[in-house]
Amino acid sequence: MSWQGWFQIAALLVVVVAAVKPLGAYMARVYEGEPVLLERALGWLERLIYRACGVPRDAEKREMTWTAYAVAMLLFNVTGIVVVYGVLRLQALLPLNPDGMAAVGPDLSWNTAVSFVTNTNWQSYGGETTMSYFAQTVALAVQNFVCAASGMAVMVALVRGIARRTTSTLGNFWVDLVRSTLYVLLPLSIVVAVLFVSQGVVQTFSGAHHVALLQATKDATGATVTDQVLAVGPVASQEAIKQLGTNGGGFFNANAAHPFENPTPLSNFLSIFALLVIPAALTYTFGKMVKDTRQGWAVLAAMFVVFLPLLYLAVTQEQGGTPALASLHVDQAASALQAGGNMEGKEVRFGISASGAYATATTAVSCGAVNSMHDSFTPLGGFVPLFLIQLGEVIFGGVGAGMYGMLMFAIVSVFVAGLMVGRTPEYVGKKIEAKEMKMASLTILVPCASILIFTAIAVATEAGRKGPQNPGPHGFSEILYAFSSATGNNGSAFGGISANTPFYNTTLGLAMYFGRFFIKIPVLALAGALAQKKIVPAGAGTLPTHTPLFVAMLVGVILIVGALTFIPALALGPFVEQLLAKA
Amino acid sequence: MLAQLRAAFVSLFALTVITGIAYPLLVTGIAHAAFPSQASGSLIVKDGKPVGSHLVGQPFDDLRYFWGRLSATADANGKPLPYNGAASTGSNLGPTNPALLDEVKGRLDALKAAGPENDAPIPVDLVTSSASGLDPDITPAAAAYQVRRVARARGVDEARVRALVAAHTEGRRLGVLGEPRVNVLELNLALDEL
Repeated sequence: MSWQGWFQIAALLVVVVAAVKPLGAYMARVYEGEPVLLERALGWLERLIYRACGVPRDAEKREMTWTAYAVAMLLFNVTGIVVVYGVLRLQALLPLNPDGMAAVGPDLSWNTAVSFVTNTNWQSYGGETTMSYFAQTVALAVQNFVCAASGMAVMVALVRGIARRTTSTLGNFWVDLVRSTLYVLLPLSIVVAVLFVSQGVVQTFSGAHHVALLQATKDATGATVTDQVLAVGPVASQEAIKQLGTNGGGFFNANAAHPFENPTPLSNFLSIFALLVIPAALTYTFGKMVKDTRQGWAVLAAMFVVFLPLLYLAVTQEQGGTPALASLHVDQAASALQAGGNMEGKEVRFGISASGAYATATTAVSCGAVNSMHDSFTPLGGFVPLFLIQLGEVIFGGVGAGMYGMLMFAIVSVFVAGLMVGRTPEYVGKKIEAKEMKMASLTILVPCASILIFTAIAVATEAGRKGPQNPGPHGFSEILYAFSSATGNNGSAFGGISANTPFYNTTLGLAMYFGRFFIKIPVLALAGALAQKKIVPAGAGTLPTHTPLFVAMLVGVILIVGALTFIPALALGPFVEQLLAKA
Repeated sequence: MLAQLRAAFVSLFALTVITGIAYPLLVTGIAHAAFPSQASGSLIVKDGKPVGSHLVGQPFDDLRYFWGRLSATADANGKPLPYNGAASTGSNLGPTNPALLDEVKGRLDALKAAGPENDAPIPVDLVTSSASGLDPDITPAAAAYQVRRVARARGVDEARVRALVAAHTEGRRLGVLGEPRVNVLELNLALDEL
């Protein structure tokens, strides 16, 4: 690969790391209730919403126990599912439908509603052939904001549980939700959306364009086609929050590979930055809120230790090209005139480097937007996004969700370390006891079980086996990827699978639901338990959790859990395919 | 519980008004004031009529034109219709799928039949499907491969075609971002002006 290819990846990571401290500190101010500059512009709106929602004025009276916090979060999200479902079912009767989209069917509506409320954005549909502008902006993009904010709220509640002592409360869900939306996601989205438009991302409420083809073509029936229909829409506004909120649901079927969604290498750079920056910065927010920023840096370091080698593997595998084409008269070598490599399912403007980096970033983060088709990656190139999802979406992870997932692994890590030396484990001044361990273990085991059991059901049933497009082990990988993506709330796909069937819409919907709420609830329970504890001063027997030793411990636990759980399944998919490809 | 349920509805309604209505309208307003052409699709207008978008590719198989990437898009009935801007998609063919080999071989044969005198290895982007099915670009290598055929079919000097390709080659953004590329539709429009 060219030096520019490596340089742009390095530049991207440098820019992300540079943003961690300022953005992370800013978000800590937002959640600590400290005044931020934007309150001057939007403070009235914030207070208006609180009044309408019945949130008390008095900060003390606002406080919620973990159960109240969980109930509020669940009610809000279930309301979201109902509203999105209703809008999709009724979209034919609603305004802003210039291209005349029909009502969405019940199983697809259920799947899509759960998908957007759980921050997954798995799409069994193609956006430009299914959704009206009303559904895209008022139902789907709204959830892009608020489900991301709801993830951030749960993370903040967990961090408060760690930071506070001998209390039963974790803050107020409505306040955390509204402040995340108004002061973090909305301003960043406006800036990013306008930058996207400057690059050519469309932003319009008019219907599709009809343009003349320079050379007329023929369709499958032999009829002459002289026009090209160009679907457009309010894309930039949705694209910005889709990246920043790590949602990933494309306005168009081809997602960020579509030239109207991601037209230039610069918009692509900005897209990857936008999807990484909040999850990365939340590590600093965590450190700031527990008054020990070293803790946050240690978590960020662990994320990078896993991320970088997998990024390298994905990029180099894709650069290596497709073995099957080696015997043909095809030039796959990189040169000054071409990127070379495996170009099936990739765009020329991105080539290998910007596609490999996007694929790794979007699956490390539980974003799931794609600028290349993961299904057409080489076996080991496609293994990387799959494995990153299976690691639990904690390597950066979704906004909020990645951070609370990572803290669960940190708690398990101190527990394992504690077992080794026979002491009660502590994390950031809190003793980790039986209840905490049960909750942390649940959050790690539930997704593993969901992925493997649903995959097993799919391969054991006729309805499930009808899904894959590709034959052999790659078809199995498509199924495994689908349930990993749904459970991990990622939303990317090995897109060949025909998932718009009642079987897949229902099972994937359940997997998304389990993967979101069966983690959020134990996390809040754990937060409630931690909040009640005293802070134990660090003693001679305390394992410091900001050192390289702990980072290594944490990475070890993540990789061992991920590998032990999934290697047997991965062996049937990408690994055997790699052997076949080379044979 | 009932109070919380009310809060859920009210907050979702309020946030819908803000992020689902005000926000996209604000962005649309700024977009059309600052970047009107980009916001509506970067259309190419010729003699007052839109003849394409700078950003979206079109299908070409005439010898007189440069060809673009393969496109896996289909029409509303699921039948192949390359570069259908109303239904973007990649092929999603896996690396060991025999159908991938068939697709590649089909394009190889077509390119060889179109330019039998050219025995250089064919750049990989010319024999593979793009991710969107709408890729507007090919690599400079893919353009160079086709120069002789296009020049011969048009009866113009190869050097003139080569110069036109060079003029339509876009380098990396800021010198490092993305890959060098040639916009096929723009190049072909320019060819017709020769």
